[in-house]
Amino acid sequence: MDPDLALLLNGIVSGLLLGGLYAAAAAGLSVSFGMLDVVNIAHPAFMVLGAMLVALLWGATGIDPLVLSVLLTPAFWALGAAIYVAYHHFFERRGDEAIQGLAFFFGVMFIIEIGLVLAIGPEQHFADASYANVTWRLGEIDLPLRMLVPALVALLAIGGLALFLRRTFTGRAIAAVAQDREALRLLAIDPVRIKRLAFGISIAMAALAGGALVVVQPVEASSGHIFIGRVFAVVIMGGLSSLWGCVLAALAFGVVENVTASFYGPSWSPAVAFGALLLVLAVRPQGFFGRAA
Amino acid sequence: MSDATLPAMPVLPAPRRMGHAAFWLACAVAALAVIAVLRGIGSEYAYFAATFVLQYVVLATAWNILGGYAGYVNFGAAAFFAAGAYTTVAIGKALGLSLLPCIAFAALVGGALGLGTGLLTLRLRGAYFAIATLCLSVVLQTLVVNWSYVGGSRGAYVIRPRDVPWPFDTYGGYLCAVVVVLAAAAIAIARTIEKSRLGLGLGLAALRDDEQAAEAAGVPTLRLKLIATTISGAMMAVAGAPLPLLGSYVEPNSAFGLAYAVNAIAMPLIGGTASWAGPLIGAVVLASLQQAATVTISSAANLLIVGVVLVVFVCAAPHGILGLFKKGAR
Amino acid sequence: MSEVVLRADGVGKRFGGFTALSGVNLEVRAGERLGLIGPNGSGKSTFTNCLAGAFPSHDGGFTFKGQKLAGLKSHERARRGLARTFQLPRPFRGLSVIENIRVPLAYAGRHEATEERAMECLESVELAGKAQRMPKELTQVELRRLELARATALKPELLIADEAMAGLSHAEVDQILALLFRLNAGGTTIIMIEHVMRAVTEFSQRLAVLVAGKKVADGDPKTVLSMPEVEEAYLGR
Repeated sequence: MDPDLALLLNGIVSGLLLGGLYAAAAAGLSVSFGMLDVVNIAHPAFMVLGAMLVALLWGATGIDPLVLSVLLTPAFWALGAAIYVAYHHFFERRGDEAIQGLAFFFGVMFIIEIGLVLAIGPEQHFADASYANVTWRLGEIDLPLRMLVPALVALLAIGGLALFLRRTFTGRAIAAVAQDREALRLLAIDPVRIKRLAFGISIAMAALAGGALVVVQPVEASSGHIFIGRVFAVVIMGGLSSLWGCVLAALAFGVVENVTASFYGPSWSPAVAFGALLLVLAVRPQGFFGRAA
Repeated sequence: MSDATLPAMPVLPAPRRMGHAAFWLACAVAALAVIAVLRGIGSEYAYFAATFVLQYVVLATAWNILGGYAGYVNFGAAAFFAAGAYTTVAIGKALGLSLLPCIAFAALVGGALGLGTGLLTLRLRGAYFAIATLCLSVVLQTLVVNWSYVGGSRGAYVIRPRDVPWPFDTYGGYLCAVVVVLAAAAIAIARTIEKSRLGLGLGLAALRDDEQAAEAAGVPTLRLKLIATTISGAMMAVAGAPLPLLGSYVEPNSAFGLAYAVNAIAMPLIGGTASWAGPLIGAVVLASLQQAATVTISSAANLLIVGVVLVVFVCAAPHGILGLFKKGAR
Repeated sequence: MSEVVLRADGVGKRFGGFTALSGVNLEVRAGERLGLIGPNGSGKSTFTNCLAGAFPSHDGGFTFKGQKLAGLKSHERARRGLARTFQLPRPFRGLSVIENIRVPLAYAGRHEATEERAMECLESVELAGKAQRMPKELTQVELRRLELARATALKPELLIADEAMAGLSHAEVDQILALLFRLNAGGTTIIMIEHVMRAVTEFSQRLAVLVAGKKVADGDPKTVLSMPEVEEAYLGR
C-alpha cells in the first residue's frame, strides 16, 4: 500500500477511536449545556477528577479502570445534583446566570484543578488496563485496544443514555426541559427536580469519560484545558441537545484532528480543531443540526 | 425631591461630579505618590510585589470594560495578556526596542486582536462568546508554541537592559514605575468610558441589559461592542507587555496560564463590575492576598484562594465588594 | 389631507415554513392615530419587528418620510424618528429610571442629553418623582410609562405602541390613553397595536385589521368593526 494512503487510513481509524473518547467527554455536556442551558465550563475538570480518582483506585485495587469509573458514577451523580442545587439557588432563581453563573463554573473548574494539584500533585497519573498493550491489526490498519475499548464503552454508555432519554417518562421529561418548560408545568413535573436529576447524569457521564481518558493516556490536573474547547465545539457542532449529532461531531472532530496531527505534527492539531469551532460559531452559532437558539 | 429618593452612593474615592480632566489629574498625582513611596521603601521585593499587583489592576480594569460594562464575558484574557508579553519579546528581539515602545506595540497588537475577536464573534451572545474567547486563547497558544522565533514551547529569555533610566536606582524600580503609570492610565480610561458624556458607558450598560431595546433606543450596539473589544484587548495586552522583563523569562504555558484568565474575571467580580473602582479594589485585594499566600504558603495554594473567593463571591455577593457597601448605605 | 409619513409595500415574512406576514400594504399619514388589530398570532408583532428593523430580512419594504428603510439597522431607524415600545416592558434593569431615559437622549443624535431634558421626559409620563429608582422598584403601569418615555425621548415622528395596555386596570388604561393622546396632540403619529378594544376604539381614527398575516380591512373604525370578516376573525378567537 502507498505509505501516504496507509498513513491517512490509520489517521482516520485512530481519529475515529479518538472521536469515541471525545464523544464520551461531550455527551455529558450535551445534557447540561445542550438540554438544560447550564453552561458547565467545568465539565472537563469533572472528567479529569474522575480520571484521577480512577487512577488512584486502580493503584490501590488493580480493578479495571473502566469498571472503576462505572462504580464512581453514583458518587458523581450526587455531586452533580448538589452542584445544580447550589447553581439553581444562587443563579437561575435570581436570573444571574449570564455572568455570575459562568464565572461560578469557571471558579469550580479552577478549584478542582488546583485542588487536584494540592491533593495528589501536578505529575501525570495513569492506570493500565490489562488489554492496554494489545493491538489488533487489520492489514495495514492498527486497532489498539487502549483506544478501542474505551471508545466502545463510551458509545455503549451514550446508547444507553439515548435509550433512557427516549424510552422512559423521566428521560422524555429531561428532553422536554430543553424545549418547553411550560409543558412540564402542565404535566405537574417540577422542572427544577428534573434538571437536578439530569445535571447529576451529566456529571456521572463525566466520571465515565474520565475512566475512558485514563485508559487512553496518562492524566494530569491540567489535562482538562485542552478538552474545554473540544467538548463545547463537539456539542455546538452536534446541535446542542442531540446526542447522535454530538457523537457524529465527535467522530468528525477526532478524524480531522488526528489526520492533521499525522501529516503536520501534533502541535498543530489543537489550532485546526479550535479554528473550526471559531468558524462554526461565527457562521452558525446554533450548530449544524441544531434547534434554533 | 426629598432626600429619600436620592440614590445611595457607594463610598467611592472620587465624588461623581468630578470632571474627566480632574480625575486624570488625580490619577497622575496618585501614581506619582505611589512611585515616591515605593522609591522610599526601595526594596526589590516591594517593587516586584507592587508590579505584580498593579499588572493585575490593568488586566482586571481592561477585562471589565467588556465584561462589566458591556456584559460580555471574556475567558480569553490570558490570550491578550500573552499577546502583549510576546509582542515585547518579538519586537524587542527584532528591533531592539526598549520597554516603552514595546508597550505601544502591544497596545496595537492587542487592539487588533480585540477588534478581530469582536468582528468574528459579533453575533454571539452570552456563553457562546465566552467559549469563542476560550478557543481564541488555545489557537493563539498553539501559534506561539509553533513559532520558534519567540522560543516556541521552550520559552524565551529576555535580558533586562543594563542602564537604568534616571531617576531610578534599579531596573525593577523603573519597571514598577512604568506599571504604576499604566495602572493609573487604565483606571482613568475606564472611568472616562464609564462616565463619558458621549454616552459610551451608558450605551454599553444599555446593551448589557437588553440589546434589542438598546437598538430601539438608538444605540448602535455593534459599533459599541467593537469599540469595547478593541479598547479592552489593547489594555489587556498592555498589562502583559512588561511580563517578560519582570521575570526575565516567558514560556507559553505560564503566559497563557489559566491563572491570568481566572484572575481577570475574579477581580472585577469580587470588587464589583458596575464601576471602575470595582476591578481596582478586587485586583488590589486578591493580588495582595495571592502575593502574601505565595510567600507564606505555596504558589498552588494562592491560586486555590482565587477560585474559592471567586465562587463564594458570585454566590453570596453577586455585586461584589462595592455592592456590599451600596447595600450598607441604603 | 396631510402627507403620508409611512408606507408599507407588500411586506411579508416567513419563519421556516410558516408565513407570519404576507403582502401587507399600509399607508399612515402624518399626525394620524391608527389602530392595528387582529387576533393572537395574526402578525402584528411581526409587522412591528419588520418595521423597527429587528428582523433584517423580509419581503417588500417600508418608506418612511419619503426614504426607503431597507438596509437600515434598528438604531438608525430609531434616530430617524421611528420609535417603538415593547409588548412586555424591557427597561434597562441595571440603570436607574432617569438613566433609562438618558440612553435615547444621548444616542438620538440631537445633542440634548441634558438632565433637564431627561426630567422633562419623565414629567411627561409622571415619573419624575421616581427618577432615581431602579426599574425593579416600579409597578407594572409605571414600567409601561417608562417604556413610553424612553420611546418618546427620541422625539419620534412615528410611535408604534405595541400592546402598551395589556394587563392594566381600567383606570390605568385611561392614564396611558391620555398620555398617548397628549403625544399625538404634540404632532407624533401613532400606530397603536392593542387587544383592549375599548382603548382602540376610543383612540383610533382609522383601523387596520390583520388576520393570519394578511390585511383584511382598513378604514373607518365603525365600518371596519362591523365587517363580517373582522367579526368572524374575532369571534373565532
